[in-house]
Formats: sequence, C-alpha cells, structure tokens
Amino acid sequence: MIPIASIEQAATRLMAKAAIEIPEDYLGGIKAMAERESGDLSAFVLQAMLENYEAAKEDRRAMCADTGLPRWFVKIGNEARIEGGPVALEAALRRATAAATYEVPLRPNRVHPLWRTDHNNNVGINAPEIEFSYEPDGDWVELTTVHKGGLFGTDYRMLFPGDGIEGIKRFFLDTLIAFGKRGLACQPAIVGVGLGGSKDTAMSLGKQAACLRVVGDRNPDPKIAALELELQALGNSIGMGAMGFVGSSMVVDCHVEVGYTHTGGLPMSVHTFCLSSRRACARVSDDGGIEERTDPRWFTPYRRREGVEWPVQAERSRQSG
Amino acid sequence: MASPGRAVKTVRLKAPVAPEDVAGLEIGTVVYLDGRLYTGREGVYKRIVGEGVAPPVDIAALSNVNFHCSPAASAAADGSYRIGAVTATASFRFAPWLERWFALSGCKVIIGKGGMSGEVYRKIFVPAGAVYWTTVGYGTGALLGRGIKRVAAVHWLEDLGIAQALWVFEVENFGPFIVESDLAGNSLFEQANEEVSKGFAKLYEGTKPAILSRYGETDSRDDELI
Repeated sequence: MIPIASIEQAATRLMAKAAIEIPEDYLGGIKAMAERESGDLSAFVLQAMLENYEAAKEDRRAMCADTGLPRWFVKIGNEARIEGGPVALEAALRRATAAATYEVPLRPNRVHPLWRTDHNNNVGINAPEIEFSYEPDGDWVELTTVHKGGLFGTDYRMLFPGDGIEGIKRFFLDTLIAFGKRGLACQPAIVGVGLGGSKDTAMSLGKQAACLRVVGDRNPDPKIAALELELQALGNSIGMGAMGFVGSSMVVDCHVEVGYTHTGGLPMSVHTFCLSSRRACARVSDDGGIEERTDPRWFTPYRRREGVEWPVQAERSRQSG
Repeated sequence: MASPGRAVKTVRLKAPVAPEDVAGLEIGTVVYLDGRLYTGREGVYKRIVGEGVAPPVDIAALSNVNFHCSPAASAAADGSYRIGAVTATASFRFAPWLERWFALSGCKVIIGKGGMSGEVYRKIFVPAGAVYWTTVGYGTGALLGRGIKRVAAVHWLEDLGIAQALWVFEVENFGPFIVESDLAGNSLFEQANEEVSKGFAKLYEGTKPAILSRYGETDSRDDELI
C-alpha cells in the first residue's frame, strides 16, 4: 500500500523542484543552441537565461515569476494500491500545490475566469488539472508536475487530409511566427505537436508532447521521428531567435504525438513550452520510497498501443484459453 | 559560446530616471537599474484610470518607473513579504490605459514583456516623453528577484491580490532590461520583425493556405497579433 503521506511529500518537493531547477536535458539543449546562435541580441538573451538558471538554483527561488499554471500528470501501475484511494491522491496533490504556492513562493496565477477570484494558492474549480495514465505491472505511482505559462505559444487548427504534410508545416510555421514575434512564446522551447484524435485529444497530445518528453527523445515510429527532426530544423530556419530577435534559436526539440482520428480530418495543435521549461517527476513506491527524476516517461509503448489487446494480456488469455 | 552580447551596449541608471538619461537611450541597449520603482498592471490601471479611484499614494512622488509585473511573493506572519522570482507580463494589453496613466503619474519608463506597437509609442509614449524597456528571456525571474533589496510598500494587496497589487520596490543592479523604444518612437521589436520577415517568402515556398479558412484570419506573415 502506497502511503498517502509519501505521495504528498513527493508532490510538495516536486512543486519546488519544477519551479527552481531547470531540467538537465533542457539545459543541455539551450547550451547547444547558445553555441550556434549568431544573432547578438538573441545570444545575449540566451546567456542571460543561462545565468538565471544558475541564480535560481543558488538562491532557491523560482526561475521565472510567472510560475505558470501548475498541473499534474499521474501514472499509476496496474498493481498499485494507494492509501485512501484516488480521492486521497487528488486531495494530496491539491494540498501540495497550495502549500508550495506559499512556501516557494509561486505566483498565485489561478483565478476564477469570470469573477477573477484568487485563492492565492493556485487551487480552484478544475485547478490544478490532474491527468491520469496507467501502466501494466507496476505497484508504484508516478507524479509529474508541469509549470507552463498559460497565455501564448499554443494554437489549434482543423486541417484535412488534403492539407497533408505541407499543411502541417505551414500551420507549424504560422504558430511559431505568430507567437515568436517579440518572444511572446518565450522561445526557444520544446515544441509539441498533436495530430489526430478528437479536437480536445489533439490539444492534449500536443501539450503532453511538449511538456512530458525530454530533449533528444524520438517518437518510435521512424517516419514520425523524421518529421520531428524536419519540423525542428524548419522552426530554426525561420531566421528568428530568442525574443523574436534575428537568430536561429526557436525549437530546442520538437515532439510529435498522434492519435487515431476522424477519417475526414487532421486536427493539429502546436504547443510551445517555456524558455523556463519546468517539469519534475518522481516515482513513489509501495514502501513509500521516493525516487526523483526529470524524465516523466509518459509515452510508453503501452500508452501508444495500437491494437485492441495489450500483448501481455493477449498472451495471458491465449495461455488460459 | 558565440561570444554572446559582444555587440550589446550596457548602461546602469538610477530610478527615478533623469530626463536626460531617458533621452540618451538607444534601442537595443541593455540597462540595469538602482533606486525605486513600482508595479502596476490592469488591476491598478482599471481602478485609477478606468474607475477614477484616487491612487493609494502619490505615484509621481514614488518613482517614474512602472514595472508591468506580478511578483511570486507571499506574506509572512510578521507582516513582511518574501519576494521569490520577479518577471514581467505582456504589456500590449495595457495600451488603452496608458495615455491617462502617463498624465496622472508622470511615468517616464515602462518596463514589461514584449513592448507595444510602434504606433502606440508614437501616439502615446513620445508625447509623454516616455520610453519602454523590455525584460529579457522571458524571463530572468531569479536574477530580477535578486535585484530587489526591499519591499518599500504594497498598496491594495487586499483588494487586488498579490498579482495585481501596487508593489513599491527598492532595487539594486536590477536587470537586465533591453531598451525597446526611444523618444522618436522607434521599436527594436518592429525592426527585428522587419528583418526576419524578409525570409518568409522563401520559408513558405511550396505550402498553400489551409483548406478551411477562419474568420478574421490574416494570410500576411508581416502582420502582428498584438
């Protein structure tokens, strides 16, 4: 049985870690971009950001004061038993979010959309978002928090099969350029692209592709992996860098995720994670042990399964039959 | 590293900022600030400019530097404040309030994220003798947080909340900022946009507009969304 106190403890730590410590994979990506950047102002911006990541770690303060909309992605192993069940888990994540908002401190960004009521703790109706995913065999729960800015850099469009790959490239460029001007998208960043599914699935997949995959990770489908690299190169060829100044630093990495979609459609979303790409992850074991890491490992082979049965289950039913 | 910022000029100024300092600034210059400034964004503008509520303090006497910022801050039990990171919010949304704001407050420098359109500079900033500095990144929240030495005061915290309250900060080596507009109404961002736009025709070569278009859509990449 996974102790609920361990979950809350891990969640509270993750909130601070995400806000303060830039993930290693992303830091490596930004350093590599800074090496290549030839635009003076864009290079100055990247250098200032690298100094800022250091300052954040040294001072234990958030790297960006717009601490975004803190949210949770939870992966539960099939054999996991959580003390108090899923309701207790959700309560623990809400408590950790509120506590970290005061303790780090984070900016209390969350307000009621109409009345602008602010509880000063980043908790409210449908906030923080908690998304669940499952994994065969594990007896653990994995928590990932993402703090992503919430205003610019994301767009959705219903494309059609006739728009094809050229249409995908065009909408990708449109989104990067529209929000890249003046640096509203806080580029360079990890860019996620969601293709297919229902409209809301396309949005979720793109968000998860941007926020839950690390720099250097490639989609297991070789053609999609090639598209990821092509889109990354395309984004970096716009001629725009950090803050929209002349340069080459737009896309630290590009991740594409797909979902089976309506036969007539090709819904697409583009999400730009921040220059302060904030995510932190931990696995909480059955014995209450907490193991922190920066790779959420959200898109597993199980998560991307294509057939009716998951192979392990199919194997089992064949054996029992 | 490609010797970053090798062609970037840096200056250090005192706030409130002297008129000759404002006049002498070239766009693209990096600025660090010492002295006093205050935060104010839609919550403050809406009340004072929109609803005509009297300011909680003589703003002109505070400083002439207005930071479009919400700090990541929390109030301690003893009544003091902990300021963590500090980052600007996108300023273009506040343009409708600024003409009256400049007249009311004597503000000469707006610091924020992303700047305004050149048209807003020419119509509203230039007549008021004001310029715009942009934060860098965005944003260097931890570096800016370090630069805040003291919370001198906070007004309307109860009414507007932490994010929208009017904070008064004493700062030291506070930055970096980049000068985005000058007293002639030039915009560094617009110059960058113009330069970058030159490559768009080649970039989009071979693509065609989406099959389903949208109301209000522009097909010119030279346009801005702000």
